[in-house]
Amino acid sequence: METTTVNSNFKSEKYQINMGPQHPATHGVLNLLLTIDGEIIKKVEPDLGYIHRSIEKMCERDSYQQIVHLTDRMDYLSSNINNEAVCLTVEKALQLAIPERVKVIRTIIGELTRISSHCLWWGVMGMDVGALTTYFYGFRDREMINDIMEETCGARLTMNYNVPGGLMFDIHPNFVKRVKDFIAHFKTKLPEFDTLLTENIIFQKRTKGIGILTREDAISFGASGPVARASGYSCDVRKYHPYSALDRVTFKEALRTEGDTFARYSVRIQEMWESLSIVEQLIDNIPEGEHRVKTNAVIKLPKGEFYQKVETARGELGVYVISTGTKSPYRLKFRSPGFSNLSLLNHIAVGGKIGDLVATMATLDLVIPDIDR
Amino acid sequence: MSYFSDIYNGIKTLLTGMRVTGKYFLTSRKGAITQQYPDNRETLKMFDRFRGEVIMPHDEENQHRCTGCQKCEIACPNGTIEIIWDRGIDEETGKKKKKIDQFVYHLSMCTMCGLCIDVCPTDAIEWGQNFENSVYDRAALTRVLNEPGSKLMPGVED
Repeated sequence: METTTVNSNFKSEKYQINMGPQHPATHGVLNLLLTIDGEIIKKVEPDLGYIHRSIEKMCERDSYQQIVHLTDRMDYLSSNINNEAVCLTVEKALQLAIPERVKVIRTIIGELTRISSHCLWWGVMGMDVGALTTYFYGFRDREMINDIMEETCGARLTMNYNVPGGLMFDIHPNFVKRVKDFIAHFKTKLPEFDTLLTENIIFQKRTKGIGILTREDAISFGASGPVARASGYSCDVRKYHPYSALDRVTFKEALRTEGDTFARYSVRIQEMWESLSIVEQLIDNIPEGEHRVKTNAVIKLPKGEFYQKVETARGELGVYVISTGTKSPYRLKFRSPGFSNLSLLNHIAVGGKIGDLVATMATLDLVIPDIDR
Repeated sequence: MSYFSDIYNGIKTLLTGMRVTGKYFLTSRKGAITQQYPDNRETLKMFDRFRGEVIMPHDEENQHRCTGCQKCEIACPNGTIEIIWDRGIDEETGKKKKKIDQFVYHLSMCTMCGLCIDVCPTDAIEWGQNFENSVYDRAALTRVLNEPGSKLMPGVED
């Protein structure tokens, strides 16, 4: 082990500690092997695989309808968007014409999922830097979305509401009213988020100027979502490759150029406003029509390779299917945003303090099942 | 000097934040989302579509709607449903007809994806609202959904 002498009495020595897998700041079972010198981080080595469930392998034995429910268990905070990604891939391969009603409902529910995910992230972010109140307030607003989801989809977290060809059942009669209530409620609460945490000097001092990621690094590490957008890399899949009903709404892509922890925080706060505006644009005129197109009981994709990407709350999720014409895929690969975003943690955390690492990790918004799959 | 102005600004923004928390402190019960769960069992009502467990409704004459087509068994990703079936003589036509002996449901393996209920052609199974599933022995989570002595409702065809 390398030893440097500071003065004759004190020796400074590098040593290793484990952060996780049971550390509350890692938000799940992620083990970080830290090489530190005093409080300064020299190296961060993520150790993965604690909840690897071989979802991609299980997909090779499942039918295409059954794959959808497995994606709930990847990034569980944006489960509806994951479901949508698989369904869009299958529909693209089968060249199914999806009713307008389905597209609009999928987009509304997807954006609600994004708000709910960011609400949870905001609460946990505050808690990671020492503000416990945010946790309760974030969960309070998330609860309204959970109720909407439970009433329409039947579950609060693992919805499995999308099926190849549409939606499992039509929206609940109360859906529109509840969503409108939520928009009105959340518009009064979002400014409180700012008063409580964003404008707090102590919070700003802890987050500004740490964990800086440049635009070039964001691109070369394959970062996506709010992490990349905070570095000035415009990469919103909703903007560049619109899917479902996103081509008919207007929204601004949240962009920052600083690339530090505070910029990533601000991007997510702004994304909540944008998602609210998307939901607001669509909720009043959900087109009438079928909620589901009839598909064969056994879906067989044509021979070939199919790729579809969507923007989850964490970034770009890609679904890549190789089909040999049978009822299950030959190979299915999920390009998950969390894995790429974790890869740059070592790059931005080196040189900082352990406390900064916690704040940096909070804004990467890691969901470990999404990384391990 | 920035040391003292930092302290001043820190306290000022803390107090600004505490204005928000103070407001909720004074009006705490209004808009509270916490449920007093074990105490509110009598009044707790889940949403209609809530997915608690798979049940098979029976009518007053102990008849169900399951024809034993096994579509749910095929649709299930985890092998949760197991249908033990037999062939019996149909009283009306006199022909041999498939009928279920036991509809075995392993709740401990169920992921509540809803594919079985979605695929059922005769609406024989549906979602139940019960979610309290803690038991001392996991064998208690394996259930036979059709009641003993029950038979197929007349007129139900798949």
